[in-house]
Amino acid sequence: MFRRSLQFAIVALAALLILGSPLSAIALQDGAATPAPAPQLPATVTDVKGNEITVTDVSRIVPLSGDVAEIIYDLGLAANVVGVDVSAVYPEGQWDGLPTIGFERQLSAEGILSLNPTVVIGKEQAGPITVLDQIREAGVPVVIVQEPQTIEAPTLKIAAVAAALGVPAAGEELVVKARASIDAAIARAATSTSKPTVMFLYVRGGGTQLIGGKGSVADAMIEAAGGVDAGSAAGIAYFMPVTAEAIVAAQPEVIMLPKSGVDSIGGMDAVMEIPGVAETPAAANNQILVFDDLLLLGMTPRTGEFLQELVTLLHPELPAFEATPAT
Amino acid sequence: MGGTATVVPRIPGAVLLPLLALLLIGATLAGIGIGAVRIAPEQTVAILLDHLGIKIDVAYTQQQDAIVWAIRFPRVILAILVGSALGVSGAVLQGMFRNPLADPGLIGVSSGAALGAVGSVALGFSFLGVATLPAFAFVGGVITSITVYLIARHDGRTEIVTLILTGIALNTVSGALTGLLTYVASDQQLRQVVFWSLGSLGTATWTTVGGAAPFIILGLLLIPRWGGSLNLFVLGEREARHLGVNTERVRIELIVVTALMTGAAVAVAGVVGFVGLIVPHLIRLIAGPNHRVLLPACALGGASLVLLADLAARTIASPAELPLGVITALLGGPFLIVLMLKTRQAQGGWA
Repeated sequence: MFRRSLQFAIVALAALLILGSPLSAIALQDGAATPAPAPQLPATVTDVKGNEITVTDVSRIVPLSGDVAEIIYDLGLAANVVGVDVSAVYPEGQWDGLPTIGFERQLSAEGILSLNPTVVIGKEQAGPITVLDQIREAGVPVVIVQEPQTIEAPTLKIAAVAAALGVPAAGEELVVKARASIDAAIARAATSTSKPTVMFLYVRGGGTQLIGGKGSVADAMIEAAGGVDAGSAAGIAYFMPVTAEAIVAAQPEVIMLPKSGVDSIGGMDAVMEIPGVAETPAAANNQILVFDDLLLLGMTPRTGEFLQELVTLLHPELPAFEATPAT
Repeated sequence: MGGTATVVPRIPGAVLLPLLALLLIGATLAGIGIGAVRIAPEQTVAILLDHLGIKIDVAYTQQQDAIVWAIRFPRVILAILVGSALGVSGAVLQGMFRNPLADPGLIGVSSGAALGAVGSVALGFSFLGVATLPAFAFVGGVITSITVYLIARHDGRTEIVTLILTGIALNTVSGALTGLLTYVASDQQLRQVVFWSLGSLGTATWTTVGGAAPFIILGLLLIPRWGGSLNLFVLGEREARHLGVNTERVRIELIVVTALMTGAAVAVAGVVGFVGLIVPHLIRLIAGPNHRVLLPACALGGASLVLLADLAARTIASPAELPLGVITALLGGPFLIVLMLKTRQAQGGWA
């Protein structure tokens, strides 16, 4: 009888551990460990257009892009989000069930207003601009934050969003963490002796094949990870349509692509069909890398983490990176 | 030729026009009253009356006021303007070219407007603020149409076939230039234009309405003058001339007025296809080819169609919005097929 109760106790303990570990893992995740900070309102910010905006209520937030949604989650205010755009994919499953406001660049004034928001936050590329003006006219504060196409973007965005939502302290914490992880990745890249040529290809459906160049987000990421941006070296600014000669002439050792784009053209086989790709050292050495869109281009709080991954991939000669577990 | 046809009984103009007017009024009320945000009818009425100076005792919020007066009302007015401009232009061009497939795009307005729009974005112009893109689109559309006419003109006269061919040629050139500008423009800039070119009334504000209204209203007021002439055009070029129509002058006047109306419509709403094609055919099926009835009926019918299509565009996928051009294309494509099959059955086709 004692043995049976012991067995039962062991099973119960095991069950508790198994069931409890996801819960504790969630508790250890950024943003949900600390209880949601009480926003200090009203918060007055000057947005990127120079307007002074006062936010008095953050109980119903509408983020206009996925990276802003992610920052709001990390700030502990995910429960206040009432609608997201199609690019809000992180954390996975977090935004399921929320109404979608469509594409960041083609919003609907009445659609967003039907969600009864108390504050709307987006980046400079959100539009059309008249729609944002109409939302402002309806009495809802619309905060537009800056997104420079440099490696400073994550920290600037976090600070701006946190200020607008009245949680500057939580924002500062996130900024410090983000900056530290980005700086650590850049420093680690600097210790490497190799400077691989990396090319970023943006593909979407059958009609869009673009090479990334100077001034694009991909360029900033590649340079920060200690690589040489092939597009920028070839004189390309922002994005230009692909030509086979350009790709072959650049001789990239690594090619990066966004995952949603690769999926939209039919996977890796289709990538190899892109003119010029098959003739590159990257193809020969199996260095065609596909990354999650938001992670690669989103300039989110996870950018530093991702940069470390990128550094490891671009500089395999470096000792393996031990990520310090989140505390 | 052809088997027994079900002939749709013709409705006389005196009955059709009031019916269409009623339809338009109904569609307008629906457009102002229905949307992603639920607003009670009495509140909508209160808001509208309040802006006209009459106060009634119904409470509403600032947000509802902004939605009805600043968002829905200008949008509905713009839908009426765009729909009537496109509907009438389609009827005029089909009559002038004696071609059932003619629509405003034939004389190069849409492709010229697209060229203007892409040009303004790719070259980074913004000296008129938000109005820069529509202004360039308008100028592009009008210039292209006038160019089509001037190139096709020879010895002081233009022939229909020459006009059509010149229109096609210029559409191609516009498309090529647009493609070139697309190539040099950055991806960022292009995203702006892509959504414009899908057609949308989402940027309707009182300013936009004020910009487009003069051209469209002027056109709508002038067009009925040519009702009789267009009736005679149908008989053929020479016949019309013998019957006293100055075909050349009528042609250039019609092209100019159509270009102005359609240019303004495309500039503010983007490329909204099929309205100029469907509406005249539908009306002709019901009321016959008399242009004195056809032209005003197309204005009313086109306005209602765009209003209702826009209502669908902004409520079906709420809170997101579908592009208007997509809805009209989804309506237009199948319609064209049905129309062709029915006409073939009834009279062996158009040839």
